[in-house]
Amino acid sequence: MSTAFPKAAKVALGMPQLRSNLAHATGTIRGKRAKVVGELDDWERLRDTAAAIKADVQHRMPELAVAFERNATAAGATVHWARDGAEANRIAARITRDAGAEEVVKVKSMATQEIELNEHFAAEGLSAWETDLAELIVQLADDRPSHILVPAIHYNRTEIRDIFRGRMADAPKGLTDDPAALAEAARLHLRRRFLSAKVAVSGANFAVAETGSLVVVESEGNGRMCLTMPETLISIVGVEKLLPRYEDLEVFMQLLPRSSTGERMNPYTSVWTGATEGDGPKDVHIILLDNGRTEVLADEVGRQALSCIRCSACLNVCPVYERTGGHAYGHVYPGPIGAILAPQLEPGRHDDLPYASSLCGACYEVCPVKIDIPEVLVHLRQQGPHGAGEKAAMGAAEAVMARPALWRAALAAARFLSRPWRGRGFVRRLPWPASKWTVSRDMPVPPKESFRDWWKERER
Amino acid sequence: MNAREEILERMRRALDGAGPAPEPPREYRRSLDADVDVVELLIDRLVDYKAYVHHGIASIPEALGEARRVVVPADLPAEWRLGEAEFVEDEALTTADLDGADAVLTGCAAAVAVSGTIMLDAGAAQGRRAITLVPDHHVVVVRRDQITGHLAEALPRLDPTGPQTWISGPSATSDIELQRVEGVHGPRRLDVVILADSALTHRQSCSSS
Repeated sequence: MSTAFPKAAKVALGMPQLRSNLAHATGTIRGKRAKVVGELDDWERLRDTAAAIKADVQHRMPELAVAFERNATAAGATVHWARDGAEANRIAARITRDAGAEEVVKVKSMATQEIELNEHFAAEGLSAWETDLAELIVQLADDRPSHILVPAIHYNRTEIRDIFRGRMADAPKGLTDDPAALAEAARLHLRRRFLSAKVAVSGANFAVAETGSLVVVESEGNGRMCLTMPETLISIVGVEKLLPRYEDLEVFMQLLPRSSTGERMNPYTSVWTGATEGDGPKDVHIILLDNGRTEVLADEVGRQALSCIRCSACLNVCPVYERTGGHAYGHVYPGPIGAILAPQLEPGRHDDLPYASSLCGACYEVCPVKIDIPEVLVHLRQQGPHGAGEKAAMGAAEAVMARPALWRAALAAARFLSRPWRGRGFVRRLPWPASKWTVSRDMPVPPKESFRDWWKERER
Repeated sequence: MNAREEILERMRRALDGAGPAPEPPREYRRSLDADVDVVELLIDRLVDYKAYVHHGIASIPEALGEARRVVVPADLPAEWRLGEAEFVEDEALTTADLDGADAVLTGCAAAVAVSGTIMLDAGAAQGRRAITLVPDHHVVVVRRDQITGHLAEALPRLDPTGPQTWISGPSATSDIELQRVEGVHGPRRLDVVILADSALTHRQSCSSS
C-alpha cells in the first residue's frame, strides 16, 4: 500500500507558514460561503435537484454525450473523443499546429491539469500560457497547484510579490504586496498575449446536451479573453460535465458560485454554442475526455464522484486539508473529493488517500451536489489493499470478539495493562507493534470498570 | 474501434444493469416573493459588488465620465448617444481600435436582481462579445422590463445558443488570500444605467428599431 500521503502530510505539518496561509484562506472562504448560502431559503432543495440531475446524467451518459455531439456539431463545432489524456493532448497539439500557432493561452482548467497538457505541449515544442492569476503564480513559481479553485492558496501576498519580482520579466518596479497591485501586474503582463493569441485552450464547467453549449465560469475576464479573442478555441471537457437541459443551469449556477468563491454570482460566465459568425473564434473544437471516467462510472457506489462540479467547498471545510494543504495528496484533485476521485481515476495508485480523512462528514454537509464522500471513502477502504499486520490484527480482534469469555478477559487485561496511564485521559504512545497505531492516533485510557461490571454491581 | 465508439461502449458496459435514475425533483424557488422590489434589490447587489448605478437616460453622460472615445454597437438607440463623447460604431473594429477606446456603451438582454447579474446574448444593442471585453470601462443600459428577480426567470429570456455573457460586477479575482480584488482582465469599471420608466423605454425601443 502506498504511504505517500502520510509522509507528505508529515512534511507539510512541519511548515508553519503553510499552515497559517491555509488556515487564513480557508477560514475566510468558509465565512463567505456560509453567508451567501444562508441567503437562499431553498438551498437544500437545490442540492437535492442537483444531485438527482447528476445521477440522471450518469445513468444516461451515452445518450447525452451523443446528443451533445450532434447539437454542438450542428452549431459549427468539431467534436473529438479522447480515450485518455495522451490522446487528448495529441489532438490539442495537432489543432494548434494546424492553426499555424506555436503557443496557446489557457483558461484555468482542471481537466488539462489532470492530463498534463502543459507538459505535453512543452515536450512537443509548443508553449501553453496560464492566464488565471493563481495558475500564473504557480506556473511562474514552477510549482504545482494545491487547491482546485485557488491553486496558489498556499502562498500569501508577500510570497506572491516575491515570485512576481523574481520571475516575471515585466513586473512593475517597486511592486508592493497589495493584492490590487499584484492583480494590476498580472493584467499588464498578460494583456498583449491575450490580444494577439491565435489559439486558446479551455475546459468547461458544464456541457449542455440539449443545445450543444459549453459554459465557463470565471472571475477575472481571462476566460472571456481566451474564449473570445483567438481564431481557434479548443475545449477539453470530461464526459461527466454533461447536463441534460439548458434549464438545468438555473440550478447549478446558483449552487456553484456560492459554494466556490462564496459569491452570489461569479463576475463572468460565458455560454457558447459552436461558432458564431462575426463573434469570437471561427474554428471551435471540443475534445470529450474519458481518461478513467468510464471506470468510475462502473462502480455503483463510487460513481457519485462524477457528480463533482469542482467547487472546492469540501477542501475548505476539511480538517485534514486545512492542515496538510493540497500538495500532500499527490494528485491534481486534492482534499476530500481528491481522496475519492484520485484512487478511482488511477486504480492501484493513491490507495492511501481514502485514509486521509477522519470521516467527520463536513465535506458531505457542504457539497452542493450531495456527494456522500464519507460513504465512498469507506467503500474504497474496503476495496483497497490491507497489509499483513492489519489483517492479522483484525483477524485476532474478530476471534476475540466472537467469544464472550475471551472478550471479557481481553477487556480485563486491557484495564490492567493501562493502569500506568490512568488519570491521563489518553494513551499517546505504545511499544511496537501497537506503535504503528498510536503514531498517528490517541487512544482513550480504558475506564477502571467496564459497563457490564458496573451494571452487575448496580443490580445487586 | 475508434475513440468515440470505444468510449460509448465503455459507458454502456459500465451502466450494464443500471435502471434509469429517478426524475429529478424540482421544488426549488423559481421567483422571488411578490413583495420584493426587484429594482431596489438589483441596485443593492450591483453596489455590493462595486458597480456604479445611475438612473434615467439623462445620466448616460455621467456614467461615461471622462471617456472620450466610446465604442457602441451599430444598433445602439440614437437616444442613448448623449454627451460630448465620440461614439464609434463597431463595424469590424480591430482589436487595437477596441484597446484604444475609453469605454463601451451597450444595452443588455436581461438582469437578475438577486445576484446583481447583467446578461448579454449578442442580441439588440449589445454587439459582439469583444466590444464589451477589451475596453476598460463598460456602461450598460438596463430597461426596467429587462429586470427579473430570479435566475430562473432570466434564462428563458436569453437566446440559449447565442453567445451569452453574464456579468456580475467588474472583473475581479479572489486568488490572493481569497480576498476579492476588483479589476483584472475584463473591464475594471462597470456602470449600470437603469431606465425605470417603462413608458419611456418602450418608446425608445420602438424608435430605435
